[in-house]
Amino acid sequence: MSTAPHTSLTAHVMPIDIGDHILRCGFIAQQPVLALADGQVVHVKDDGLTRTHPHGDAAILVAHIQHDLVLTGGEDGKVIRSLPDGSTSLLGDEKGRWIDALTASPTGAMAWSTGKLITARDSKGEIRKREAPSTVQGLAFLPKGYRLAYSHYNGASLWFPNSEANPDSLEWKGSHIDISTSPDGRFVVTSMQENTLHGWRLSDKKDMRMSGYPAKIRSLSWSHDGDWLATSGAEAAVIWPFKDKDGPMGKPPRECGVRPAKITQVAFHPNALVLAIGYEDNCILLCRLTDAAELLVRVPVKGQGSITAMAWDKIGKKLIFGTSEGAAGLLTLP
Amino acid sequence: MTEKIPVTVLTGYLGAGKTTLLNRILTEPHGKKFAVVVNEFGEVGIDNDLVVGADEEVFEMNNGCICCTVRGDLIRIIEGLMRRKGRFDGIIVETTGLADPAPVAQTFFVDQDVAEKTRLDAVVTVVDAKWLGERLKDAPEARNQIAFADVIILNKIDLVSAIELAAVEAQIRAINPYASLHKTERSAVSLEAVLGRNAFDLDRILDIEPDFLEPGHHHHHSAEIGSIAITVPGDINPDKFMPWINEFTQTHGPDILRCKGILSFKNEPRRFVFQGVHMILDGDLQRDWKPDELRQSKMVFIGRKLDRAMIEKAVEATRA
Repeated sequence: MSTAPHTSLTAHVMPIDIGDHILRCGFIAQQPVLALADGQVVHVKDDGLTRTHPHGDAAILVAHIQHDLVLTGGEDGKVIRSLPDGSTSLLGDEKGRWIDALTASPTGAMAWSTGKLITARDSKGEIRKREAPSTVQGLAFLPKGYRLAYSHYNGASLWFPNSEANPDSLEWKGSHIDISTSPDGRFVVTSMQENTLHGWRLSDKKDMRMSGYPAKIRSLSWSHDGDWLATSGAEAAVIWPFKDKDGPMGKPPRECGVRPAKITQVAFHPNALVLAIGYEDNCILLCRLTDAAELLVRVPVKGQGSITAMAWDKIGKKLIFGTSEGAAGLLTLP
Repeated sequence: MTEKIPVTVLTGYLGAGKTTLLNRILTEPHGKKFAVVVNEFGEVGIDNDLVVGADEEVFEMNNGCICCTVRGDLIRIIEGLMRRKGRFDGIIVETTGLADPAPVAQTFFVDQDVAEKTRLDAVVTVVDAKWLGERLKDAPEARNQIAFADVIILNKIDLVSAIELAAVEAQIRAINPYASLHKTERSAVSLEAVLGRNAFDLDRILDIEPDFLEPGHHHHHSAEIGSIAITVPGDINPDKFMPWINEFTQTHGPDILRCKGILSFKNEPRRFVFQGVHMILDGDLQRDWKPDELRQSKMVFIGRKLDRAMIEKAVEATRA
């Protein structure tokens, strides 16, 4: 059992008043940026906040943020890319159908889905479309090559958009929600409707079941070395070992950050075995895997909702986070 | 704690007048705003700012319960809608004419994220007075939708004679004796009859008074959907009843569409109320029995292949 954290970083957090449900946050061109459910993309600059409305009045449903772009999908059926200079471009228009999932790769490939229809756009802007067997719930690029993993009912599929070949299917009965690929490309993991994780080892499609959660697992984060997968959904961050050939099979997960509140977000530091853990009561802790030492980042504040977004910058000096009630903050490590 | 957003499910066979009712709800001057979930986006003119197209994708839960189906698209849509709560006061889900209402209803009990933020208010079924008789012969969905309803709008009554109307009403009551029934032309019904029903709230199950339960009217074709109402004078032994109702709904869950009951437990000053959708049961002690109230236990089961003799015998065996 963990005791109260000994050290606090709360003095190093700059609070940011954002105002609406924060869907996703991150950094572009080293500047913090937040995508809000009400449709705004907010850039945090040294001289204040710049608020943009790429989808007009429409809500943002899904967002992806990486060092060079913000990709948003809205209720208006549009997929819009926002660049660090504030310019936006319309990449897709699904004619008012909700965008259910989207993702981008560091090398500039993108993908989004509405219902069963997936659109993949390579780094040159070439577009390929494909119909999945049922509604697509999650999208993730594999780390190498132009290959897209997508989750749906009764499994997941792996697709080379530039090839005519049928996607490779990974089968497991049930509804698969979010999907994530390990940094070394050996494993694909999905979260499921029944509060479990399912994984496949791609070399032989061997199944892995990771269960025991009291709630759905809506946040997954791989450690920088790819050895660990941290997950939300319980009153402790559950961290599965993926270092060995068999992944986590037959091994118990690690647990850290035990508190009487459910974890809603996890984010591994980009170059150390330190996990940022966000809770349903908007508390945030940092936990070091090597010795389970804990640092307090944010004290829970009543009425500010749950942590819904959290991300480190590229060098791991800053952590941006946001809540369901529009509170946000920026931690700068001393 | 924030108030849960009420959800009204609107069902009915093709052409019965669902969309007319929906537009009526949306345009009456009630000052309320709704998010509307429809199938096939943009299919007909719906007069509302927030209309979401749905796929009606139904899937089975991996919980060993074969009747436990939910609407996957609805889980996603509710998640998206609830991030911007201030925009609406309620959600209306319109299903296609062929849809089974059970997966829609079960979504609000089975998915914990959906159940945390919303509550199912009522299943409202619009029925065409002229064509119901035909539909009951050729479309099992039509029967399902009536069986499942909390509110039935018997529409287009101007197109039938008084005798035909009475016959249609009798057919409806044979399937579902306890839903509130409103006879309308062009789906003209007061909104209070449709919205804010709290039909799944145990505190609102005040009485079970089937409006229409002719003795002997029960259908004997056992594969058909029908209803059974049981009244037991005196007290029931909860130690016998609870295991039985659990076992009964687990075993016969696929065939029991809805059930409701108000029970008098021995040595218990309060009324015990339960309601269920297939295998999903909910029950709790409610208000005290009034001094002048007759302590008796009543329950209604709606479903197919219901064996009246077996159920009566089983309930009888739980008497205190």
